[in-house]
Order: sequence, then structure tokens, then C-alpha cells
Amino acid sequence: MEFLRPATWAEALAAKAGTPDAVPIQGGTDVMVEINFDVRRPVALLDLNQVAELRGWEPLPDGRLRVGAGVPYARVIAELGEELPGLAQASRTVGSPQIRNRGSVGGNLGAASPAGDSHPPLLAGDAVIEVESAARGIRLIPATEFYLGVKRSALAPDELIRAFWMSPATGPQYFSKVGTRNAMVIAVCSFAIALHPGEHRVGTGIGSAAPTPRRAPAAEEWLAGELDWGGTAALAPALVKRFGELAAEAASPIDDVRGTAAYRRHAIAVMARRTLTWAWNDYRERVAPCA
Amino acid sequence: MRVNFTVNGRPEAVDGVWEGESLLYVLRERVGLPGSKNACEQGECGSCTVYLDGLPVCACLVAAGQAEGCQVRTIEGLSDGDRLDPVQEAFVECGAVQCGFCTPGLIVQAHDLIERVPEPGDAEIREALAGNLCRCTGYEKILDAVRLAAARKAAAR
Repeated sequence: MEFLRPATWAEALAAKAGTPDAVPIQGGTDVMVEINFDVRRPVALLDLNQVAELRGWEPLPDGRLRVGAGVPYARVIAELGEELPGLAQASRTVGSPQIRNRGSVGGNLGAASPAGDSHPPLLAGDAVIEVESAARGIRLIPATEFYLGVKRSALAPDELIRAFWMSPATGPQYFSKVGTRNAMVIAVCSFAIALHPGEHRVGTGIGSAAPTPRRAPAAEEWLAGELDWGGTAALAPALVKRFGELAAEAASPIDDVRGTAAYRRHAIAVMARRTLTWAWNDYRERVAPCA
Repeated sequence: MRVNFTVNGRPEAVDGVWEGESLLYVLRERVGLPGSKNACEQGECGSCTVYLDGLPVCACLVAAGQAEGCQVRTIEGLSDGDRLDPVQEAFVECGAVQCGFCTPGLIVQAHDLIERVPEPGDAEIREALAGNLCRCTGYEKILDAVRLAAARKAAAR
């Protein structure tokens, strides 16, 4: 095994081009588990810890945030909780403090597990993934097109994940996750919602209830048309229920060691109802002073 | 390969490290610091918690080569010569150590909590220790120890 240790982003891209089979390692919280358990013996590890470009975040001219792939969850929580509340909530549910000090959204994207906690809020918040190769330069991939299958993504063998781009929240965002305890848990399933009041639009993300993380487009469109965006009334129970049903219909879960397909579909409906209610209650409080 | 890093203030140059090896293995088997414990090897148990450049991490999930040039502080580096750190003393006094296997990781993690949050509430203590498993104590005496250590450190400040 080789251990590649680029000092800059340009060196990292050159190393990945030269050894496309090299496995990028950032926090190590996924990759090292596979190596420790002898599940994986890559020809090379490509350590990205020295690449300073991956560890920062910045606002772009269009107002979106460009967050480096190596920013650990602990910093997403501490530094981006106001701007990206849905992602920060999801980040708080990742592993333990030790894991959150090392694990990153970029690593979650690289692993592309359907159970990754950051995927549902990235989908709900219209995130775009910035990837780059030495040969073809930068590609911007919408999160909706990034996940291709179980642990498969649109990343080409010579590409690395540079950052994700996401607009600061303009409305309430929530994340919910089912697991056996509050910490150290891989999601049985999860759900994220984002209200985009400026466009009267709703974003959703479903985790661990399909081969890939995915949105629930029918649920989003139906809800966006039903919500009284200028009003401050509580949601009708029938509306909340219908949203839950539509969200569950978007899932295509399987039975596995963590839960049955039927349980997951049920739980997605429950989480969709709850997160919508939390988000709408926040929204009413914000709208009310203006009404 | 060779890995150069600083452990508990002492520079180390370790040769013959396999590229897929963890920092934990290097600490225990090559540097002779077996205080950090090897249990789950998947970041679930927290027994291998060490400081890496000031942040508590699971040493089993850090590739040894990633520690190149870094500052590592292990359980062996918390005491000042023969004088135990107040967190270590509190664990002994409160009966928070039974078989002792989880203790080094818990102490490093609790040490970090008290450095960051001088007077942690119970919810903060539980959250900070959520990634450290103990199968003996039932955790109550560990919580007692962290409260005692925090109170002593706060009084000494």
C-alpha cells in the first residue's frame, strides 16, 4: 500500500490522476474501519488532511456558502449552525464528539452510503457538490444527481470532492433520525425538511430508506401548493397526514438488520409529519410579527 | 514508512509503519504507550481516545501517516510526573474505575470537556461521554467523578 500525502489541492488532484484507485481519506471514520476490519486493501491511501483548501468555508458572490469538503462536523455545528440549520442538526447526530471532530460532509459524500446523515439536509437545501479533476477541471453536480446507488456516486475515478455549495437558510429547516439510542447510531431512516418561503417551495430529503438518499418531489410540490405562505394558521391535521403519506410513498426501503421496510416507510411518514409541524410552527412565529 | 510526530511533548520518529496502520497501533505497539486501549477498532467505544492537535479523537480511526507532524497527547501525558491530573484523581476517589479498560478514553474525553466547559451540566457531561462505552460501572460513578473533577478545577482557577 502507498500513502500519498499531498500538501495542496493541485498536488491532491495530480495524485488522484496518477493513482485513480487511491482511496481518499479525510477524517478516516469510514475508511479506517474498513481497513481495520480487513474489508478493504486499497493500493494507496490519499491523505487529504494537509490540504488547507478543504478545511475552510466562504460565502460566494451569489450569497451561497462554499464549504470545504474537509470541514469536520464539529465545525459545521459550531460555525454554520445559523446559516445551515438542517445540516447542523444532522451533524449533531453523527457518531460521538470524537467522530464529529474528524468526520466531514465531504467524507459522507465520498462514502455515499444511503444512511449518511448529511445527505437528507443537503438534498432538502438544494446543495451542489463541487468536484474536480486535473484533466477536466471543476464539475458542479446537484446533490439530486450525485447519488447513483448504494455507496456509488457520480464522482469519477480521477476526481476529488472539493466542497459543497448551499444557500443560507431563508426559512425553517429540520432533521429527524430514527435509531436505537441518541448517540453512536447509524440511521434506521431519516428525514429532512426545508421551507423556502421566498419561492414558496419545500425541500425534502429521505435517508436510509432507498438505495440512495433521495427527495420526495411529489410531497414537496403538493405541500408547496397547499401551504398558506402568507398566513399564520396552524396546519390542518389532514394536510400534515397527507404530507406524511406522500413522503412515505417516495421511499423504497428494504428489510435489513436495522429495520423492516414496513417500519421504515411508517417512520418516514411520522418524521415527515413531525418535521413539517416543527418547521411550520417556526414559520408562523416569523410571519406573525409582519402580519 | 517513517512517521514523525510528537507524543506527550516528546518527538518520535517511528520506522517500519505499514501504510494502513492506525495511530493507535503505532502508539501501543511501536512507541510503547499502551494506555490507550484497543477494543472495537471502529470508533464505537472511545477506549482509544487521544488528543490529536488538541482535539479528542479515536486513535483507531486515524491513519498513522495522518499524524505526521502532529501533536499527540495520550492518557500517559495527562499526569505531571507522579502527580495525577485532577480528572484521574477524581476517577479513583469516586470508584469510577472497575475493570479499567474504558478508563483512559473516558478520562481523556472528560479532560477535554472540563477544559472547554469549566462547569458542565449533567446533559453536557452525558453528551461529551456519549461515545465512550463502559460495561462495568453503569456510568453513575463516572458522572460523579467528572462532576468532582470539574468542581475542583473550577475552584483551583
